[in-house]
Amino acid sequence: MDWLLRPWPWYIAGPLIGLAVPALLLLVGKPFGISSSFRHLGALCSQRTDIDYLKNYDWRGESWNLLFALGILIGGGVAAGLLSTEPISFLPGDYQSWTGALKLLVGGLLIGFGTRYADGCTSGHTIMGIASLNWPSIAASVCFFAGGLFVVWLLPLALS
Amino acid sequence: MQRIIPLLIGVYFGIVMIKSEVASWFRIQKMFRFEEAHMYLTMGSALVVAMISLLLIKKLGLNDLSGSPVQLKGKPFQKGTIIGGFVFGMGWAITGACPGPIFAQMGSGEYLAIISFVGAFLGAYLYAWLRPRLPH
Repeated sequence: MDWLLRPWPWYIAGPLIGLAVPALLLLVGKPFGISSSFRHLGALCSQRTDIDYLKNYDWRGESWNLLFALGILIGGGVAAGLLSTEPISFLPGDYQSWTGALKLLVGGLLIGFGTRYADGCTSGHTIMGIASLNWPSIAASVCFFAGGLFVVWLLPLALS
Repeated sequence: MQRIIPLLIGVYFGIVMIKSEVASWFRIQKMFRFEEAHMYLTMGSALVVAMISLLLIKKLGLNDLSGSPVQLKGKPFQKGTIIGGFVFGMGWAITGACPGPIFAQMGSGEYLAIISFVGAFLGAYLYAWLRPRLPH
């Protein structure tokens, strides 16, 4: 049981992530995806809005996705509380500062804006979309990667 | 049941994202710096299993729990696929999280991820607001 507490290797974790796709399709009847939960939350929080994207939208019909998101939150707690020996440290220490907080806020903004504009994220496009050989999802995934490479390789050069 | 199943699949997915460390900023950095194969192998094997599952579902003509045939509608291409995709990729590298891992990080006690969550919520709102003016 000791291996459960250590980080799981890719050949265990990867297939387990992949199985979430048939699990959702067969048990819930929905395609794998999570970033639309931000649309649902937006619609839920602003029911008297004039914004068409949120107004004419049946978030109740997609409420399974909010439960899925809530489950992920709980799962994070289970993994940290029961399946780990040390506290989870997934963000760099220097993010605990005002500049770090600003980076996370701006990064978060880019995630929310980008995934809604692209109509999907690493779940909906890269896993679900590519697995069903949907070419726009392949294009989206290439662009996700390009955006990340830009931040890691080119942005530091431009800022220095 | 309709409520508990997506919740449980979420718990499962959340556990795997933390234990595989795909929700870790450090793993994401090492992926974009080509220093480590972990992310590529994890995502790649997830993709293979997902693809085989979809082929089997199609081949066997399986229905979902409610009895309706499983339908796969591919997302259409539009300009946002490219522009939005690139913008999201930037956020992924900065925060070390995509939308799923944001929830997993918050749950795991990495409370700074709450800032990423607030940002993503505002970002989705910004998109909703600007949508009529954006090229699609």
